[in-house]
Amino acid sequence: MKNKSFTALMASPYLIWAIAFIIIPLFMVFYYGLTNNDGTFTLENVLAITDPRHLKALGIAMLLSVISTIICILLAYPLAMILASKNGSKDKIIIMIFILPMWMNFLLRILAWQTILEKNGVINTFIEMFNALPLFDLPLLNIINTPYAIILGMVYNFLPFMILPLYNSLNKIDPNVVNAAKDLGANNFQTFIRIILPLTLPGIISGITMVFVPALTTFAISAMLGGSKISLIGNIIEQEFSTASNWHLGSGLSVVLMIFIIISMIFSAIFDKDGEGNML
Amino acid sequence: MSNKLINLENISKSYDNQLVLDEMNLYIRENEFLTLLGPSGCGKTTTLRIIGGFETPDKGRVIFDGADITRIPPHKRQLNTVFQKYALFTHMTIAENIAFGLKIKGKSKAYIDDKIKYALKLVNLDGYEKRMPNSLSGGQQQRIAIARAIVNEPKVLLLDEPLGALDLKLRQDMQYELIRLKNELGITFIYVTHDQEEALTMSDTIVVMNQGYIQQIGTPEMIYNEPENAFVADFIGDSNIIASTMIKDELVEILGAKFACVDKGFGVNKPVDVVIRPEDVELVKPGEGTINGVVSHLIFKGVHYEMEVTANGFEWLVHSTSLFPVGTEVGIKVDPFNIQIMNKPESEDEEAAPIEE
Repeated sequence: MKNKSFTALMASPYLIWAIAFIIIPLFMVFYYGLTNNDGTFTLENVLAITDPRHLKALGIAMLLSVISTIICILLAYPLAMILASKNGSKDKIIIMIFILPMWMNFLLRILAWQTILEKNGVINTFIEMFNALPLFDLPLLNIINTPYAIILGMVYNFLPFMILPLYNSLNKIDPNVVNAAKDLGANNFQTFIRIILPLTLPGIISGITMVFVPALTTFAISAMLGGSKISLIGNIIEQEFSTASNWHLGSGLSVVLMIFIIISMIFSAIFDKDGEGNML
Repeated sequence: MSNKLINLENISKSYDNQLVLDEMNLYIRENEFLTLLGPSGCGKTTTLRIIGGFETPDKGRVIFDGADITRIPPHKRQLNTVFQKYALFTHMTIAENIAFGLKIKGKSKAYIDDKIKYALKLVNLDGYEKRMPNSLSGGQQQRIAIARAIVNEPKVLLLDEPLGALDLKLRQDMQYELIRLKNELGITFIYVTHDQEEALTMSDTIVVMNQGYIQQIGTPEMIYNEPENAFVADFIGDSNIIASTMIKDELVEILGAKFACVDKGFGVNKPVDVVIRPEDVELVKPGEGTINGVVSHLIFKGVHYEMEVTANGFEWLVHSTSLFPVGTEVGIKVDPFNIQIMNKPESEDEEAAPIEE
């Protein structure tokens, strides 16, 4: 009994933290989202998602997040396989290289991409330098303020979150299981499709969740790389809170977004029973 | 039995400049139960992996059924492996596990269903088709691993310490099961183990390996009764290994006493090693044996008593069903037939020297 109360005492700072910074804000989001200025209950703010402008923002956010997630899977899987096939200390250095950007400030990284992609940015400056030489006539790169730049930003930022769970689940496969498949007559491709891919499904699912959810809700990437023309649902919500000061509408749309996130979390929890994503 | 199915010719393999196999030569006959036996790091698993195609030797050739398969990938070889810790496909049912190799080969559904039934019956697990591997005990998983391999009708089954993860009783049961399977299937088994008892129980031929060299090849009886060097004698069962002198043919001086033996041709007054198995040491009344000693240790082992007898400065290990309490004075007698004479290695290295067949 003594032990139990001691554990409770030790846990209390975290409990206070959770209540103050997670439970209460969440409660406030729901309160604002489900009331109007007079404090009376209304679904108006939540149903505001059906506004064509909001629906479009949600649709674009979904589309760009899905595309980014797919690109992340395609890039991360081969990389994770290479990492998992290495052994020894070299391994750790390579993983470090991929994790390194995560230690830098997120906004700083986006800002760096903005500088690189701009009309008079780093890449175009280089292209113009080449074009000044005879024989060269390269087209300028014009992707800043387009959805492509947003996808690039999303992939760049969230790729490590895809690599790690994939690497974890690949690393868990007993090499002899792969050997057994080959021993039974499967070539490399058949071994991959029938053995490796199904065994890494939990890793893929948690990778998808960890890329898709932050990509869906981002507003910084789209604001800095997408310009003012492209609004994602995250930008709309951000504007409602900051410029429009309409907390009720911002909260209502947040509630809608939360429902989407909860759905993808449930999806991930069903498949990721081994907790591949837990190390993050 | 005489047909050479697999021939390993001058196989060498090293990892990170560490020589694991050195110029190894070995042939395996059709329908043979051959066991590669040795301590960990002796090269036995590497040998198996080279036969299975999971390793390529640095030097030498693997001949299978007359064809050179040294560089053929595993999925194109006519042999199947039962791996350490089973290596079952945990995301598939038992039936899907067993069907894996057959589906890859594009066999018909009826054929596959038939084979699954047959294989499960063979390993005494009928009705387990729908179960998942993780819901089975270790022994059951091991049998599924065997079933998964044999449905492909390989000419050779490679087994890499398949019983290592099982407890003693189950291990013994599985040993009989494996012998039965081998007889029913009529195929060649190549078995890797570090457990000498397992090797003695099941094998037609035992290959004792140490530090990348073959120490001795022979039937279990030959390996046990006539070890060729101290390593084999020591590794296979308990033994008394005593530095001695061969006085002349059929007479050896052990610890200062003359014992009659049956070996010849070692020369006159030649230093040799003598191996006497603990169960071959007879304890008699003092003075009635060749030398006298005192019992210094006694342990009850179930089947027999294990005693240590100090005699002429050597601790003799003795297994006997009769009890001699600690402190008893005894005589030691050994039947000439049970004294095994071995040439002394000329240097430390030679203990691991290659032995010609």
